[in-house]
Amino acid sequence: MSISHPVFASFGGAIEFIFTPQSSNVTGGKSVGGLSQTIELILKQLEVTVLALALALIIALPIGLYLGHRGKGELLAIGLGNAGRAIPELALIALVAALIGVGLVTVTPVLAILGIPPILTNAYVGVRQVDRAIVDAARGIGMSELEVLRKVELPLAIPTVMGGVRGATIAIVATATIAPLAGVVTLGDYIINASIYGENGRLAGAILVALLALILEFGLAALQRRLTSKGLQLKTA
Amino acid sequence: MRPQFTRLRAAVALLLALALSLGVVACGSSDDDSTSSSEEGGSAGAIVSNPKNANVNLTIGSKNFPEQEILGEIYAQALKAAGYKVKSALNLGSETVALKAVNTGQISGYPEYASTALTSFFGLEPEEVPSDATGAWEKANAEFEKEGLTAFEPTPFASANAVGTTKKFAEEEGLETISDLDGRSEKMTLYGSPECRQRIDCLAGLEKLYGLKFKSFTPVDIGLRYTVLEKGQADLSILFTTDPQLAAEKDKFVILEDDKHVFPAGNVIFVTKKSVAEKAGPDYEKTILQVQEGLDLKVMQELDARVELEKQTPKQAAAAYLKSAGYVG
Repeated sequence: MSISHPVFASFGGAIEFIFTPQSSNVTGGKSVGGLSQTIELILKQLEVTVLALALALIIALPIGLYLGHRGKGELLAIGLGNAGRAIPELALIALVAALIGVGLVTVTPVLAILGIPPILTNAYVGVRQVDRAIVDAARGIGMSELEVLRKVELPLAIPTVMGGVRGATIAIVATATIAPLAGVVTLGDYIINASIYGENGRLAGAILVALLALILEFGLAALQRRLTSKGLQLKTA
Repeated sequence: MRPQFTRLRAAVALLLALALSLGVVACGSSDDDSTSSSEEGGSAGAIVSNPKNANVNLTIGSKNFPEQEILGEIYAQALKAAGYKVKSALNLGSETVALKAVNTGQISGYPEYASTALTSFFGLEPEEVPSDATGAWEKANAEFEKEGLTAFEPTPFASANAVGTTKKFAEEEGLETISDLDGRSEKMTLYGSPECRQRIDCLAGLEKLYGLKFKSFTPVDIGLRYTVLEKGQADLSILFTTDPQLAAEKDKFVILEDDKHVFPAGNVIFVTKKSVAEKAGPDYEKTILQVQEGLDLKVMQELDARVELEKQTPKQAAAAYLKSAGYVG
């Protein structure tokens, strides 16, 4: 297959758009896109993602760990978690924007809502599935409940907990593309405004968001390996 | 985590990101309305069904926001009354998609704003768009003709972006025209659609042509353009001249006169392929021109109000218009 195939041609245009400013019909001669605008938008996308993820972690992680440790609230942790995945973000962002206004204060909690279900559910399941014999042994040697959670259950639950965090991150970073509809100019700007950036800009936006998701995924996978205690790590034969 | 799992997750992540980005694309379609002048239109007369048209299949398209859908329905129902076999496709995402659909024969034609056609398709700068409806139509039609297309004469009403605010704010600040903002806009917040920020027929033009600087520009979803004014979040908001709220809530919202013409006129012209028009016979153009005669700014605002505020379907609103204007019995 030659490089002139339309699909490759449009990828080429999109890649060029990321690095070099392009002319646009509707901006009165000002060029759009290019590296400086792209970096600005990427940083905004990351800022929103980090804030929303942090908020989701602060809310969901303690609740999930606590419920898992106590072995209570399965309905809450799993049911609420699953129900939360069904919330339409676009409708929610419009609703919240109409109620409390726009900007980071709106976008951050709306995206955090997207991150809470996987973190909550995985934290609960992760702690819950730790072998009860080990937990009993920990209590038997005189650990306090907090120590049991911190020194025994959490380390054993790390792979599952991190799975939730990774899922939440991917969902948040991808959905942060709707933020320009509520006053925060992220990479979604390239995707939403085809009349300004053209199809190349739209594709460039999609490619960049996908790349960001991949980079975050690999970064968190590496972090997970470091956090997982040696004894738990699966060795590739 | 074993490598194959990592790879699987990465693949899933990639798909998810793409799917979500595309979802946004589908939802955030562009919405180009443009400027105003209105004249009374109106010799009615019922549409006569011609049996010769029964063998002609037409598909009427439109972009996917209320005003376009209403227009699409009006044309579709009128052509049906003239005896054609008519289908409709009233959900085309943007002008680029719509034009492609005309060219590939997926649709027979669709209503487009003359200003949008000139700027989006033919690369004119907004200040190069003729401010009178006939001039803009002739220019657009000449370009369309080169590509085997044709555009019928424009509607009486024109749609345009406009700088709007609450009546209270306008009175307090003594604002009537956009030029009145000079020297004061630095203290005012402006809200508009995401694409407004860089468009020369929107924020970029207000800055360049009027020399205005705003305290801030905040991009928001088009659906929130009145909400942000009502909630007091925005001092100024980019509205459309055909907005039903401007008619229904005259005492609440006003638009500032565009005294330097930064927002080009957008009367609607029906775009179709020449070959389609020839095959369809003279009733095609005749019917379309006949039913749009009654569409002045007031009538269009009223029709938009029925759909956007009273939640009628575009189909119902179009049928009511055709009936009350006497085009169908």
